[in-house]
Amino acid sequence: MALFETDPMHQFVVQPVLELPTLFGIDLTITNSALFMIATTLVTSFGLILLTGRGAMVPTRSQSIAEILYGFVADMVRSIMGEEGRAVFPYVFTLFIFILVANLLGMIPGSYTITSQLVVTLALGLTSITLVLITGFVKNGFGFLKLFAPAGLPPVMYLLIVPIELISFLSRPFSLAIRLFANMMAGHTLLKLFGGFVISLSSLGAIGIAGAVLPLAVATAVTALELVIAFLQAYVFAVLTCIYLNDALHPSH
Amino acid sequence: MEIEAAKQIGAGIAALALAGAGVGIGTIFASYLSGALRNPSAAAGQFTTLLIGFALTEFTGLLGFVVAMIILFG
Repeated sequence: MALFETDPMHQFVVQPVLELPTLFGIDLTITNSALFMIATTLVTSFGLILLTGRGAMVPTRSQSIAEILYGFVADMVRSIMGEEGRAVFPYVFTLFIFILVANLLGMIPGSYTITSQLVVTLALGLTSITLVLITGFVKNGFGFLKLFAPAGLPPVMYLLIVPIELISFLSRPFSLAIRLFANMMAGHTLLKLFGGFVISLSSLGAIGIAGAVLPLAVATAVTALELVIAFLQAYVFAVLTCIYLNDALHPSH
Repeated sequence: MEIEAAKQIGAGIAALALAGAGVGIGTIFASYLSGALRNPSAAAGQFTTLLIGFALTEFTGLLGFVVAMIILFG
């Protein structure tokens, strides 16, 4: 029933899957969102452990998947941050793989896309910005504040530049979060919308079924586009996190 | 005017933001392509910049989408 709901927004409803009691004021009920979050974590960690488990010198086919992923993120981190980026590489790799697997699991029909919830993506964005702040202050001390006041400007300009830089910095977690959330939500709404067209057209009889071929073709094309978007958004989230971390490592522009 | 009708019209107007994002994304890829065809050896190094520009442009359109969703369902 819930699997073939034609309302395009129904797929984003969080509903309990397994009712559990409240312990110490924390509701332990497993919702479909929590279920897919756990699934993402398990697929990510056990998938990578299985792929790299043997650790052969000449990689097998499955091991080279993991090595390509690792090399892809490592190249990205090195090209943006240089050798200093090695310290934050584990975080960027985890972030990339987690978002990628969450997006791809959401593409399975009938499953739940956790990245289409603003609260999940905002948590990821705030984690990134917290790491940027910690890295900046640990690495540069109060010199990190130079990020908000670039050197070599006429003094009057600082009245204008400092608030602008401050607002731009504070809006970063929200722009990271809203980009991922809105992309996922828009894509999945579109998929369900065209799926709904197919169902409502084909209920009209023979002419309807002939006409339903068109939205079915569009839904297939949108599915292919969504697979690209799933990868692209994970990549963009990781790249922007790298750029912000690079700002924290070298605050004086 | 009925409040429900006003909501639908408002959501439609908010979706117009996607037109600007469409023009912007088209411009980004067109410029990248023309630059890449002039100097193909430098193209690969700018691919990350291309995707960042794409993401930042797309964001403005998605804000319009989010506003439409808030009007309809918020």
